[in-house]
Amino acid sequence: MDTALVNSVNLQFKSIPDNVSLARVVVASIGAQIDMTLSELDELKVAVSEAVTNAIIHGYRNDPDQFVELQIERYHDRLVIHVIDRGIGMPDVQEALENVSVSSNSEHMGLGFVFMKTFTDNVEINSEKQKGTRITMVKNLVFRKES
Amino acid sequence: MDLHLEYEKDKLYAQLKGEIDLSIAPHLRIELDNALDTKQARHLIMDFSSVSFIDSSGLGVILGRYRRLTEVGGTVRVENASPQVYKILEMSGLSKIIEITQSNVAVGEKGE
Repeated sequence: MDTALVNSVNLQFKSIPDNVSLARVVVASIGAQIDMTLSELDELKVAVSEAVTNAIIHGYRNDPDQFVELQIERYHDRLVIHVIDRGIGMPDVQEALENVSVSSNSEHMGLGFVFMKTFTDNVEINSEKQKGTRITMVKNLVFRKES
Repeated sequence: MDLHLEYEKDKLYAQLKGEIDLSIAPHLRIELDNALDTKQARHLIMDFSSVSFIDSSGLGVILGRYRRLTEVGGTVRVENASPQVYKILEMSGLSKIIEITQSNVAVGEKGE
């Protein structure tokens, strides 16, 4: 695995819904620097949107006075994206990754982690109760030319 | 997000524009529910030709309106979804329960 960091971005923003699109734009900008296809960029934007949405509504329970951190690391062979909150943590990480729950009285489809897993090559969740959650997504880059 | 609404008998036509995510979904839900209530519409037809992005927050709005309207014998339809938005709608399983038509043109290619 290539360990040489080509580029990195660290961004901290308030946990408000308006910043979900900000996170998408930042990731798309980094993706565009390495000639990802439009389709790949669209997929990555969905994955990041879901991770940040998860931090805001589940990690922080919509508390606008908290902060979400977006870290992007670009290596020659992959993009690594971390979305970090210091909120309530997830009760069951394995269940979130494996089960899609569509509750009968909710409009939330439980699809966030499905999209993250489908649109990236690896998803890892580290979560601790009352300490927060770190979602790490890896997108492998194959035969990218420098822009 | 721009939302343009038109009525015809028991049908509500909603033309949406922009990105449907967590910042838009709650407002969209309220606007659509108010419009459905006001005109007692049973059928919701959403034109997605200018929707450039949707995630699970937006999908939830569609699912909620579907649940509401099927209870009264109504329907929900999504028209002209761009290829990228169509893919998300299809992956979510919504295309199995509501009618969705796809546009061949990505949003932005028409100079929008």
